[in-house]
Amino acid sequence: MKVRGTAQLAVAALASNKARTALTMLGVVIGVAAVVTMMAVGSGAQTRVAEQIQSLGSNLIIVISGSITSGGVRLGTGSQLTITEDDARAMEREIEAIAVAAPVVRGGVHVVAGNANWSTPLFGVTPGFFDARDWTTASGRPLAQEDVDRATKVVLLGQTVAQNLFGGGDPTGQVVRVNKVPLTVIGVLDRKGQSTQGQDQDDAIVAPISTAKTKLLGTSQANAHAVGAILVKVRDAGAMKGVEQDIQGLLRQRHRLQPGQDDDFSLRNLSDIVESQEASARVLSLLLAAVASVSLVVGGIGIMNIMLVSVTERTREIGLRRAVGARRRDILAQFLIEAVAVSLAGGLAGILLGVLTSWAIASFAGWPAPIHARAVLPAFLFAAAVGVFFGFYPARKASRLNPIDALRWE
Amino acid sequence: MAEPVIETQGLVKDYRLGDHVVHALRGVSVTIDGNQLVAIMGPSGSGKSTFMSIVGCLDTPTAGRYLLAGDDVARLDDDALARIRNAKIGFVFQQFNLLPRMSALANVALPLIYSDAAPGEQRRRALAKLEAVGLGERAHHRPAQLSGGQQQRVAIARALVNDPVLFLADEPTGNLDTRTSVEIMAILQALNRTGITIVIVTHEEDIARYASRILHFRDGELVQDERVADPIDARTVLAAGARTLAGR
Repeated sequence: MKVRGTAQLAVAALASNKARTALTMLGVVIGVAAVVTMMAVGSGAQTRVAEQIQSLGSNLIIVISGSITSGGVRLGTGSQLTITEDDARAMEREIEAIAVAAPVVRGGVHVVAGNANWSTPLFGVTPGFFDARDWTTASGRPLAQEDVDRATKVVLLGQTVAQNLFGGGDPTGQVVRVNKVPLTVIGVLDRKGQSTQGQDQDDAIVAPISTAKTKLLGTSQANAHAVGAILVKVRDAGAMKGVEQDIQGLLRQRHRLQPGQDDDFSLRNLSDIVESQEASARVLSLLLAAVASVSLVVGGIGIMNIMLVSVTERTREIGLRRAVGARRRDILAQFLIEAVAVSLAGGLAGILLGVLTSWAIASFAGWPAPIHARAVLPAFLFAAAVGVFFGFYPARKASRLNPIDALRWE
Repeated sequence: MAEPVIETQGLVKDYRLGDHVVHALRGVSVTIDGNQLVAIMGPSGSGKSTFMSIVGCLDTPTAGRYLLAGDDVARLDDDALARIRNAKIGFVFQQFNLLPRMSALANVALPLIYSDAAPGEQRRRALAKLEAVGLGERAHHRPAQLSGGQQQRVAIARALVNDPVLFLADEPTGNLDTRTSVEIMAILQALNRTGITIVIVTHEEDIARYASRILHFRDGELVQDERVADPIDARTVLAAGARTLAGR
């Protein structure tokens, strides 16, 4: 018997009982739509986390000046600036896996522009900072090494600061007074949004580290090269752990710490935090898909239920087909194709519904819900598998009927 | 056509019903030559239906030999039997057993989808058989739109569509009125004249009288093999009936 003939038979049988077929299909439609939508929502969550990693700067280790022990009293992290610009240069030089080591000093400043004023954190940085944070300028130019070398009086504004001081206008070329020191705005930084801790990363200004130290923050430490933190960008995410150990070793050596003495700095690997968030987002999306799959399985049970009823109803038909020459496998194929046809049609409709729902969620809830082929295709194949799995038992039951009994069945 | 179409030797069929065994056939040996029109009679439980099932390759005997047109088919597997039913045997049932959602034409073509006929060929052959039973113009009617007699004629066309060597009818007139029954018998007699072997199971003496040979079954055995010297010709009955109808 030809496959085409069997398929036509199956479609004819399904078409003859449209309401029942549609209701049976509905289970699969809802199941597949749920899987597609949930996977899209889950993948949206992952996208968000990935965006946060991007905003933080990827492969980033932060070295913070740290607790020193002074006469038996252990002072807290950042209480003393123990690391220096030289440490940063040494790291770049000594540790192969480090792409950039950017020293940063930080302090609160008051900024005045015309009759507007604003208080904000100031970062004193080197050009490597922008690399480390993956931060580019929206307009104007970034810092050059020359700015650092000559301690030029220039500043870059974060989006929030630019908005508060200049409204919609372009501040590039304008002069602002930072802690009463006039600085020329050379550019505006790109929007970063909120950090993982919920801080507004755009509420900041950035100046050359030399300018910041000598003219703005007024740090007059014993060591003029001391910095609050060093941002370290590692070339390869896989090397993070090794680099952390290398940094620790290098700094202990440079700071002449004896074995048994505490580190006078600390290391923060922010990607760890974000990675765990990403992992939880992935688990969430898996969980959503799993719950959605349950509804698909329930839809499959609906198919099995209806197919069993259909086999019973059509016992005489089965007997007749056997009498005129249908083999067992012909009967099996006929009912199996019916079940798969229902689940595939339901699968297609479900994908359509799922795409529409994802689109609705994306546009009304503002939550990214991208549809991926790798979410749609498995859902479709799963629907087909559900048809085969749940159609097999009824189809086998039909094919095992004794033709004589089937013909006499009332 | 002296060559036997059906030849059984010591055909035995036992059914197991719970603990005890039912002996449906207790050794039936019979030879039916080609071109015969045979009626099988007997009370219920006599084994005539079991005999029909085995002769029709729907079932296999517990013991004994069955040669269908010279081939031993008693020990074939399920698939092989299905092929034989498809190619060599035509069935007609008391309940007609037409598929209600299909047109008459599609019903007639049903056995062809289990053979290797091309779709165009299927349609042509099905239409030819429908025309042969006088229903060419009703090809696209559903069974529900046809009378009982017409439905049975569709079923006959379906049984003939693969040009079988053996035509089996199980109470073919059981659901029909007298006049329609005679019409059906006229068709079967006409078929028989073209050389097809026909076996009818019936409990109606009237219907059996159209056959050239009557086999009487009782308690699983063939008890009487009756040759009818002068079977009734359905055409003459119909002609007489037409006159009485015209006179009314």
